Amino acid sequence: MSDQSTEFTRLPESDDEREDPERATREEVLDFWQDRFGVPPETFEERTFWERGAGKLWLYSGTPPSPVDTEGLGMTFLRTRQEHWKPTLEAVQRFGDRASKNVIHLGEEAARAFVAGEDRELDWDGDWGYLVVTHDLAGETEPVGVGLYVYGELRSQVPKGRRRDV
Amino acid sequence: MEPLDRYRPIVDDFEAFIDACERPLPSAVRVNTIKATVERVRTALADAGIAHTPVDWHDGLFVLPEDSPGANWPYFHGWIHGQEEVSAIPATVLDPRPGERVWDACAAPGSKTTQLAALMDDTGEVVATDNNLGRISALRTNTERLGATTVAVTHEDGRNHSLKPFGGEGYDRALVDVPCSCEGTVRKNPDTLEDWSLSHVEGISGVQKGVLKRAVEVTEAGGTVVYSTCTFAPEENEAVLDYVLDEAACDIVEYDLPLDHAPGVTEWQDETYDPSVADAKRIYPHHNDTGGFFCAKLEVRAE
Repeated sequence: MSDQSTEFTRLPESDDEREDPERATREEVLDFWQDRFGVPPETFEERTFWERGAGKLWLYSGTPPSPVDTEGLGMTFLRTRQEHWKPTLEAVQRFGDRASKNVIHLGEEAARAFVAGEDRELDWDGDWGYLVVTHDLAGETEPVGVGLYVYGELRSQVPKGRRRDV
Repeated sequence: MEPLDRYRPIVDDFEAFIDACERPLPSAVRVNTIKATVERVRTALADAGIAHTPVDWHDGLFVLPEDSPGANWPYFHGWIHGQEEVSAIPATVLDPRPGERVWDACAAPGSKTTQLAALMDDTGEVVATDNNLGRISALRTNTERLGATTVAVTHEDGRNHSLKPFGGEGYDRALVDVPCSCEGTVRKNPDTLEDWSLSHVEGISGVQKGVLKRAVEVTEAGGTVVYSTCTFAPEENEAVLDYVLDEAACDIVEYDLPLDHAPGVTEWQDETYDPSVADAKRIYPHHNDTGGFFCAKLEVRAE
């Protein structure tokens, strides 16, 4: 783990409550998922958003007092404080089935290559940037992770520790 | 198998017990219902050509006679988690409900923590504590892969668990699956008994008593605490229960377990324990062809 802080602070609800101008708000996070991927805001209704270190957001179900000093709080969820916000593989595997935009579907062979961490050239006539990558598993479409589409290439964003030869 | 000889007086069919301990145990997996259904996992395993045998007492467990979990689609998606049959017992006995607050006192590497979150439909809160940073990283990795959003991980000694970070609120239930001498895991790790010593057993029982006592203290009156180990030593099992009955406001209660088992022992060497420890359950390898396990259910009383 590169960030050593164990202090989690809850995101402000909206711009009015924001003290640090760099900090994301709950409203912005919900807008991001809706605008970029079409994930409805009510998906996250029962959950709270937390930041640890700069720009690493976590999603949690409880509502402890903020700040809270723990080693982990729910799941890592979104990277902010960079030009393009980036969802985590965990968030996409868990909530990506509700995505209706910027979703790219891969065949079996391409999905295996993606999980092994390989980049590959392919045609995509949608937006460039971070995409929800899906494939078919047990008869249904299932989100598998995050890809970055640029210059005719889908770049696997599967973290090194999660890559597998499936 | 020498350290096990001392259990001759308390284990029925002792020769069958030793024979079972010498047989290796295949891998088993638990279906992670946060991300998948049993049916979809069955289909995904079949599609991947992975042989899988259901376990009769728990419909979310499969034995994999030829494989170990790791490099396959259902594992990558966090649909399955490597977990022995007997290790799935304590969370089912604790029986947490959606929306509750639960403490997992010795949580790493997280098999039982994530099972608790799944039993609660990933609602409520599971505070998962461990005192070892290296193991905490495994706990966090497993929590993430299985997609649990309700688990808060704390680094502390369970004996001194603090409610402060969470506003002082107590728990509805607590799982106390303590570090132990692990005799019951000998079928998976034949080296387990090489480092066995009575002084280790006696030393670790002090830690176990401290963690169990703390769990009773932080659980609300009427709440449930489950105490479990993967060992046969009465010093780590019934003796720990006997201690907490004297030191904290709780009673041992009966529960059903659809696996063959023996009752807790009330006498061991020169010691006599509270008769209610008989309601704890001893799961022996020769009874169901599993690992060995010990599990007791307690109810917390008002002071």
